[in-house]
Amino acid sequence: MQGHSTYVPTSKAAKWLESRIPIIGLFHSSFIAYPTPKNLNYFWTFGGILTVMLVSQILTGVVLAMHYTPHVDFAFASVEHIMRDVNFGWLIRYLHMNGAHMFFFAVYLHIFRGMYYGSYKAPREVLWILGVVIFLLMMATAFMGYVLPWGQMSLWGAVVITNLFSAIPIVGETVVTWLWGGYSVANPTLNRFFSLHFLLPFMIFGVVILHVWALHVVGQNNPTGVEVRNLKKDTVPFTPYATIKDGFALCCFFIFLLFFVFYQPNQLGHPDNYIMADPLKTPAHIVPEWYFLPFYAILRSIPDKLGGVIAMGSAVLILAFLPWLDTSKVRSGSYRPAFRIFFWVFVAVTVLLGWVGSQDTAAPVLKFGDNTVLTMVGFGQILTIYYFAHFLIILPLLGLFEKPLALPSSIADSVLGGGHGLPAGAAASPETKG
Amino acid sequence: MTTMTAGDTKRDFLLIATGAVGAVGVASAIWPFIATMGPDASTRAAGAPIEIDLSQIPEGQSIALMWRGMPIFVRHRTPKEIEESRASDGKSMPDPAPDAARSFKFNNVVQSQWIIVQGSCTHLGCIPVKNAGDYGGWYCPCHGSHYDTAGRIRRGPAPKNLIMPEAAFLTANSIRISGTRSAA
Repeated sequence: MQGHSTYVPTSKAAKWLESRIPIIGLFHSSFIAYPTPKNLNYFWTFGGILTVMLVSQILTGVVLAMHYTPHVDFAFASVEHIMRDVNFGWLIRYLHMNGAHMFFFAVYLHIFRGMYYGSYKAPREVLWILGVVIFLLMMATAFMGYVLPWGQMSLWGAVVITNLFSAIPIVGETVVTWLWGGYSVANPTLNRFFSLHFLLPFMIFGVVILHVWALHVVGQNNPTGVEVRNLKKDTVPFTPYATIKDGFALCCFFIFLLFFVFYQPNQLGHPDNYIMADPLKTPAHIVPEWYFLPFYAILRSIPDKLGGVIAMGSAVLILAFLPWLDTSKVRSGSYRPAFRIFFWVFVAVTVLLGWVGSQDTAAPVLKFGDNTVLTMVGFGQILTIYYFAHFLIILPLLGLFEKPLALPSSIADSVLGGGHGLPAGAAASPETKG
Repeated sequence: MTTMTAGDTKRDFLLIATGAVGAVGVASAIWPFIATMGPDASTRAAGAPIEIDLSQIPEGQSIALMWRGMPIFVRHRTPKEIEESRASDGKSMPDPAPDAARSFKFNNVVQSQWIIVQGSCTHLGCIPVKNAGDYGGWYCPCHGSHYDTAGRIRRGPAPKNLIMPEAAFLTANSIRISGTRSAA
């Protein structure tokens, strides 16, 4: 879909520049003339929202770094200094802090969108894997950023998470000492986390460029999952159609973000992080931020330490194999009646895992009289098994046994209601369909 | 092309030689960047072995001192505590150990009055509270692990007894702590 640049420089300066580096043409073909399927719904606006959120996080973060002191004796006070003394420091910090929450909220919707509409399927596998890489980098960045205010949750979260590496056989202890730069989470650890927290967003930015590049090579998926056949009939130019739609969604999203910033700035955080880090006192409940809770629940549900770490890592990495685990030839969940049910069950399981992650492991879930039938850890185990079964059993088998609905013959037909409706998958690769 | 000209041989040699020097060079250049992330000299110095003067701790008291960023509990047990702890030796425990194995020796005699352990719960690394819990030793407020006065886990989710550091008595009243151990 790339290379449809219709840009013709008119002014003398533009002609001069374009003949030396065709950068205006690149932007024109990528963000103005770029053909977008005409049936995209609002779930397709999160790519743009996420890009703006990344820029916003970098901008607020760079300003915060001008006032922050990465030292165990001063970090906590310097954050309070930002909140009380620095002009608009409170606003910039709350934007950064709540921006991180909203960033994850948007990325989860973006991922689930891709999972529902089969956006990971050929030829978009590399596009999808680059997305998983961005997700991993985001998790590392968010974790290290949370340590910087040096509150109780910062310190003890860092202790618990870095200690996960001690589960590595033989070299585990050495690795942890190396990560800490000492014998415990201390000043060298805070210093390197600050350095890496500053670096990683720019690495994310780099991978985002690759992600967008890959997207513009293979073209956007769409709610029908049917490929663009006729550029004239099936697509509209990115500008003004997608630009204005993305812009409207972005405004709505920012109203949501700013509600938290102005009215509930600490709602999504943990109050214990307003107590300065104390290596001699642990908070009663160490819980990660909400966006890590499903993975934390998977970690805790495995009784073996190394096994738990492996399960948690696999829960994220399994996403990268999704293009090959889903055997169905039909992309969009809209035409897969059985998949649609399993998809929503999977969403529910993920949300429940998040809830389990926030609770005490010994807390009862089901009680029969005075006997606890199911504890939180037991419930977490059931959900963990389902989480992996969705990828390793349900998706591979579903593609073989499910009878999909008839696909529209083209995007234009699906929008205008015409067309005859080819049998499902017939268009994709009829010879492989049993 | 079965014959090899002088030019080819020279080119091959240059390619292999340059590649080899380059690989060694990159490997040597990476090492300082890895090593620099390890504990620095000041951290290592601050983590050097310490000697504790036990004569300062009266019977029935216990102290927590920070070493290598982790609390070390030193407890001076009363004869009653020792007796109670020994009496429970045979009972079932998550991590069975006789009371005599929980103290360090001086001149081949177990110094049962001294319990020296790393103050980090073996469950998830929280700091246990002293003189609390059902067994009078330590109690971890995070997830309810009860330890007795010998630092043995008696009830709760912790899998292991409180870890004894690497230590040795120098005299009857002073002990040298030289290293920490991991729970694994």
